[in-house]
Amino acid sequence: VSAFRAEWSSLLATAKALSEGPLRARELAEQSLTRARRVDALLAAFVSLRGDEILAEAEDVDRRRAAGETMGPLAGVPLVLKDNILTRGHRTTAASRILEGFVPPYDATVVARLRAAGALLLGKTNLDEFAMGSSTENSAFGPSRNPWDAQRVPGGSSGGSCVAVASGVTAGALGSDTGGSIRLPASYCGTVGLKPTYGRVSRYGLIAFGSSLDQIGPITRTVEDAALLLGVIAGHDPNDSTSSAEPVPDYLAAARSDPGGLRIGVPREWLAAEGMDSEVLAAMRAAIEATARLGIEVREVSLPHARFAIPTYYIVATAEASANLARYDGVRYGLRVPADDLTGQYRATRSRGFGAEVKRRIMLGTYVLSSGYYDAYYAQASRVRTLIRRDFTDAFREVDLLMAPTAPSPAFRIGEKADDPLAMYLSDVFTTTMNLAGVPALSLPCGFSRGGLPIGCQIIGPDFAEGTIFRAARALEESFGLADRHPALA
Amino acid sequence: VKIDANEVLRIARLAYLDLTEDEIARLEAELSSILSHVEVLGSVDTKGVAETFHPLEYGGPMREDDPRPSLGAEEATRGAPGGVPGAFLVPRIIG
Repeated sequence: VSAFRAEWSSLLATAKALSEGPLRARELAEQSLTRARRVDALLAAFVSLRGDEILAEAEDVDRRRAAGETMGPLAGVPLVLKDNILTRGHRTTAASRILEGFVPPYDATVVARLRAAGALLLGKTNLDEFAMGSSTENSAFGPSRNPWDAQRVPGGSSGGSCVAVASGVTAGALGSDTGGSIRLPASYCGTVGLKPTYGRVSRYGLIAFGSSLDQIGPITRTVEDAALLLGVIAGHDPNDSTSSAEPVPDYLAAARSDPGGLRIGVPREWLAAEGMDSEVLAAMRAAIEATARLGIEVREVSLPHARFAIPTYYIVATAEASANLARYDGVRYGLRVPADDLTGQYRATRSRGFGAEVKRRIMLGTYVLSSGYYDAYYAQASRVRTLIRRDFTDAFREVDLLMAPTAPSPAFRIGEKADDPLAMYLSDVFTTTMNLAGVPALSLPCGFSRGGLPIGCQIIGPDFAEGTIFRAARALEESFGLADRHPALA
Repeated sequence: VKIDANEVLRIARLAYLDLTEDEIARLEAELSSILSHVEVLGSVDTKGVAETFHPLEYGGPMREDDPRPSLGAEEATRGAPGGVPGAFLVPRIIG
């Protein structure tokens, strides 16, 4: 047995220790599984774990490597996936009762790509039901907890994935981001999280929420690891007509290049935002100063329509969700509540299967699309969306990247916003904008509150500029010096 | 914006949801509050602005329309409640 300690090792270092020795995949899988069980008992990060399966797969990796086979870049590396990403033969729940008993007959494209790279699936992580939420409290399996303070939320909706990475279960995870669902929990848990450009990563096999907004992305502890994972999952997929044919560059090389000469804009509207926590503002100001010290030019820019992002988002996202969730009718998969006739069965199944937040969003989305209201709500929001996207086009004429807070405050307490949906929605005030525009954004730990809670900042780029984002983010990560700060598990 | 119980019930019918009295009362208040918050969009001047329904400005690449293998009927229906291989089971529709 080697002395390799997996929990705080990067994805890159872990893959190297596996390919060059002395680490064996079986030993790593055991370590990860043990830690996953401990973290799950404390913080409820998982919906399901693969025990004997991953150990057998790890042994197979060791055997094939010993036989001299050519192995993928992630051969034997355990990863976890948000439980709205389909895994063939392994149950996928979207944290909803309505998918009770559902076992997908196929893998999402991202899963197929990770498997082809040799990665092993350790488990599926908790989320807000159908990815609808900002706290991972809206799960049929109960809330996950923040590794820095178990009385607080991890953020959502990809909360379980961020908890697993932040608490050293795995070095990498996938989440999905429709309005901030990767970046917000990354900020609350102190991890790196990227929402790629819309179309950069295939959505085939991602359980749909808002189809013009959803993107799958990596959650890691380092910027380089995010670059590595994105390189594995990105690229065109014939099974997703909205996936882009844009070539996938070498993101790792981009992350390692010098950021000098870049120009970063700070949207003035976001530093003056109402309700912004003073410690977040202080961390942002310090981050801006650190950026300037790296030889990056910082200037103020304007996103005049950004203040309309939350209302626009909660119309567009709920409209799309109400249409996407029409498929859960008790006929094709998951839960069925029998009734005398077909529509009765639809109603009984949906009423029992969906949780409160999902019902609320289906109701809102149905309303804004309904006859007589469509133009005032959905069509008008879609026109404002054009103006929001145009703001980014204008800003990126002056600068290469933008920088902004990820969330207006550090992690809040469990239950604090549970009875006030609007207050919960406002947690996404700095993140939904990029989903509406389609542009990529990465959240990076940039400070800690006096109470010891992580604070994240976002680096935002134009379409398909993930490489430029990594380039700035890696240099900033080094200057912040926070990558080695980890939560102590109680 | 004020959403009353009748309006909640109209939307619930469209969405195939049965709501309890408690849910109706809660949704009246919550939908009213959320819709009041989004009302600000009405004040944005969007004259001559086209809608964005999708962030992609380019058309997604099209593939050749060649037949490809897919899941068989039995595998595709395996997860369906009711347990009839190769079929979805529904309540009787025609008397």
